[in-house]
Amino acid sequence: METIVSNFLGLYNYWAVVVLMMMGLYVLTAERNLVKKVIGLNIFQMSVIMFYISMAKIKDGTAPIIVDGARDTVYSNPLPHVLMLTAIVVGIGTTALALALVVRIHEEFGTIEEDEIQEQEGRG
Amino acid sequence: MSSPLGELIRENLPALQVILPMIMAPVCVLVRHRTVAWFLAVAVTWTTFAISLALLQIVRAHGLISYAMGGWEAPWGIELRIEPVNAFVLLIVSGISAVVLSAARRSFEEEIPRDRLYLLYAAFLLCETGLLGMAGAGDAFNVFVFLEISSLATYAMIAMGPHRRALTSAFRYLVMGTVGGTFILFGIGLLYMVTGTLNIEDLHHRLQAIDADRTVLVALVCVLIGTSIKLALLPLGAWLPNAYTFAPSAVTAFLAATATKVAFYVMARFVYRIFGADLAFERFHIDSVLMPLALIAMFLGAALAIFERDVKRLLAYSSLSQIGYMVLGLSLASVTGLTGGIVHLFNHALMKSGLFLVMACAAYRIGSTRLSALRGLGKRMPITAATFVAGGLAMIGVPLTAGFVSKWYLVKGALENDLWPVALLVLLSSLLAVIYVWKVVEVFYFQEPPEEAGRQEAPWSMLLPTMFLIGASLYFGIFTDGTVGIAEWSARELLGGAP
Amino acid sequence: MDPSSALLWVLVGPALVAVAVAALGRWPNLREGATLVGASSVFAGVAGVLLPSVWAGGRPRLDLVEFLPGLTLALELEPLGMVFALVASGLWIITSVYAAGYLRGKNESHQTRFFVCFALAIFGALGVAFAGNMITLFVFYEAITLSTFPLVTHAGTEAAKRAGRVYLGVLMGTSIAFLLLAVAWTQHLAGTTEFTVGGILNGRVDSQLLPWLLALYALGTAKAALMPFHRWLPAAMVAPTPVSALLHAVAVVKAGVFTITKVVIYIFGLDLLQTTGASTWLQALAAFTLISAAIVALSQDNLKRRLAYSTISQLAYIVLGASLVTTSSLVGAGLHIVTHAFGKITLFFCAGAIYVGAHKSRISEMHGLGVKMPWTFAAFFVASLSIIGIPPLGGAWSKWFLASGAAEAERLPLLALYMVSSLLAIGYLMPVVGKAFFLPPDDNEHDDEHPIHEPWMCVLPPVLTAAGCVALFFFMDPIAGLLGSIWTPPGGAP
Repeated sequence: METIVSNFLGLYNYWAVVVLMMMGLYVLTAERNLVKKVIGLNIFQMSVIMFYISMAKIKDGTAPIIVDGARDTVYSNPLPHVLMLTAIVVGIGTTALALALVVRIHEEFGTIEEDEIQEQEGRG
Repeated sequence: MSSPLGELIRENLPALQVILPMIMAPVCVLVRHRTVAWFLAVAVTWTTFAISLALLQIVRAHGLISYAMGGWEAPWGIELRIEPVNAFVLLIVSGISAVVLSAARRSFEEEIPRDRLYLLYAAFLLCETGLLGMAGAGDAFNVFVFLEISSLATYAMIAMGPHRRALTSAFRYLVMGTVGGTFILFGIGLLYMVTGTLNIEDLHHRLQAIDADRTVLVALVCVLIGTSIKLALLPLGAWLPNAYTFAPSAVTAFLAATATKVAFYVMARFVYRIFGADLAFERFHIDSVLMPLALIAMFLGAALAIFERDVKRLLAYSSLSQIGYMVLGLSLASVTGLTGGIVHLFNHALMKSGLFLVMACAAYRIGSTRLSALRGLGKRMPITAATFVAGGLAMIGVPLTAGFVSKWYLVKGALENDLWPVALLVLLSSLLAVIYVWKVVEVFYFQEPPEEAGRQEAPWSMLLPTMFLIGASLYFGIFTDGTVGIAEWSARELLGGAP
Repeated sequence: MDPSSALLWVLVGPALVAVAVAALGRWPNLREGATLVGASSVFAGVAGVLLPSVWAGGRPRLDLVEFLPGLTLALELEPLGMVFALVASGLWIITSVYAAGYLRGKNESHQTRFFVCFALAIFGALGVAFAGNMITLFVFYEAITLSTFPLVTHAGTEAAKRAGRVYLGVLMGTSIAFLLLAVAWTQHLAGTTEFTVGGILNGRVDSQLLPWLLALYALGTAKAALMPFHRWLPAAMVAPTPVSALLHAVAVVKAGVFTITKVVIYIFGLDLLQTTGASTWLQALAAFTLISAAIVALSQDNLKRRLAYSTISQLAYIVLGASLVTTSSLVGAGLHIVTHAFGKITLFFCAGAIYVGAHKSRISEMHGLGVKMPWTFAAFFVASLSIIGIPPLGGAWSKWFLASGAAEAERLPLLALYMVSSLLAIGYLMPVVGKAFFLPPDDNEHDDEHPIHEPWMCVLPPVLTAAGCVALFFFMDPIAGLLGSIWTPPGGAP
């Protein structure tokens, strides 16, 4: 019993990631409003960013700056943070493009509700 | 190449390949003139083509090239790694970019508001950067970054299509594509977590020694889902038909030959180069999932194509089916099968982009690619129609065309694995190809053109590149030394044997 | 000329003719002249250069291109191919004359396309005859299908289009799904598809698998019109008669049975099939096709359709001969390719002549026509006798060899089958002649509007080929000897 609890609690960051990820996917597929879809997409992406960041965390680790002399300090892994900077930029690019597309769709179809768009598409 | 400058260029070829289009894309935006931008873009694509030819020569002569970005050695720095396989992929991407872009000017000017054309050329170059980078990158994270660069450019290009449904198609592709990309990112994260490296070679070595089954399996699944979305393996490839149908005609020709192909290469590279055949096939048996999916894609794609009334979408469905062949080759996990997959990647790129260019010609003159609008095309645009027939025969896989070569290897690979029902299914699905190609041919030749239509052939600037691509797909059906040789070499390399 | 390079020149001859015909499309007389000159020179090449070489035991060979590792496009001429090439190129000349007369008599459109495709089909047939390995044969086999498709749909009507779909669907479908698989499998098992006397599969295949492999070959070759893949042949009868004559009595269907015969001799080898009995089921299927097609033929009123079913039945003779795997039965199969070609082309010529001359296509309308078209019906009569197998006509010999092959293989029920089918052939061919000569003509007021005429270009060819049927009876020995030399070349050890 204890091991199960400690397993669960010890891995709580991953559980959070999984919950976020599923939430994102759900919003993405279930919502019919395009802007909400974009939000879902964002949540989905964020979950993976959280995953990287929490992975880098080491207990009692500090920022990886070598202060002279202190060679046996424990550092957090800096690499995932760097990677996620890139991923966040990519995410912003995607969101910007998605929102731009939503604006254009609104101009052309007069709505951002998926159902109404599909109805118009059906008519050609 | 003995001068210092020549030496410098030679040493930095792998980086130049990726950076050149990246730098020229903003230049295209700055000049703000459609024809100048087009000239620039064409010049860049042909230069990258020349570079990739040179790279292929170097790789063939001296083996792999490892290029350390900024002088930081792998596995710490960012590595560009040119092997036989991706030298081949680079050649396809840059070659198709060059030919399609050369043909595209008139078609773009007809379909897209002229004041926005320079933006399209910029997006085109960015997309090429992304694709070349994906193929060349030596570490897993940069594969993801370049994948997103190419994807973002692709969404923008599709959205520029002449019909308003291009917007919704682009949006849906964006959603699917981003989910795919994020899955790949997640998989890479898991791999990093268990190995502590991102370099592909390094990952491979460290994974062999690791006993963290579940994490590795989840990573593998995530990567497979992500790449399956990007390469449009059914059922995850549902974004493809609309995106291809509503994108500008020449963009479709470009994407069909490059985007899915590079994604296929990424899948093959992850499966064979990172996880390795032992892990992926012996331990996790991914073939038991991939092979049925590939077979379903082959048949479902072709069946959808048979009932389609718009030729552009018909070709898109056919792409879904042909992607099934490639994945089938991958899932056979043998030199012969993988050779079939890789050679089909090349051959299909040639014939499908050729066929989509044919449709660009038709759309340019007739303004539609619906079957009902293309009646009697054999009389109205005889050269265009004849080119379509030649390309169609290649896609069916008639002997002495490129399509035959790849199917032969797939069938042979299936027989070698004692999977003769699979061999039969490969052949049966090419029968479906006969049906959907012939349906189009009948409309071209057996239906009379509308009364008012005269003979109006497409401009030569579009026809010549089209004929070049289709001609190539016939040429590579007879003189196969080059393609099959490189593909087989690549397959051995991927499977980890001596090159 | 060196026989090996002659092989290539003779092969590309028809392709060159196609180009010339396309270029001369505007001048019909020149165009037909080009066809005739081309056809004659091809025949001269076959008979003058290649025949002496093969006769002397030579096997001219030419490797064109190795387009995949282990897959070479290669030409090699051996006796069976020699015979097929002689028949196809020889009858091409006569059919060209006939086709010119027929198309002009009916004022058909698209005549240039017709002659171009015609020449290309002959190109394919010669390629099949000259093929040095199975993959080359397959390539030309498909070339025949593709080049004859526009001929079948020549009329451009809805019916023609439908027939075209059946034609293409069955022929391409079976060849891609089964034949190509068989070729790939053979390549996989034997490492080669080269035609070799005695076969290439001996000792390389589990004898359990042999019948399956043979089935893939036999069913994949739908051009041989074995049931259940025979439907395309009656469907293709919508084509103009010269097409039916040359292609569906000679080039296309004979390419099919030729392929099966060749596979039996050179891929499997007689010994292998004899010892394993892997071809027994094929004998049964061929026998069934033979009888049932003949019975169907009895009930057809449209003359061309009746001839089509008769063809299916006669082709089954050849497949049966091949599947009996004795030397006599295989020589018989080869001979039947020749004699049936001459007989059936005559019958089709006559059917076309009747259609052009009297505008009749149904047998029930032909009462009394014999008196008005004596030459045509006389030729029809002679050719019918040859198909039935009555001396002194060529058909008698091939049936003789086939029957003695059945006796050699100790399949006595098949002997009875041969007799029954000959009776059936009498039943479906003789009434045509009988009604034409002995029944009084129907009273038909339209007769005056359509006076019956026999254009010489439509009458001379059937008379010539009917004479050929007679001649074959007296000159059968050299052909049989040539075919026999497959196993015992005159020049050296077998």
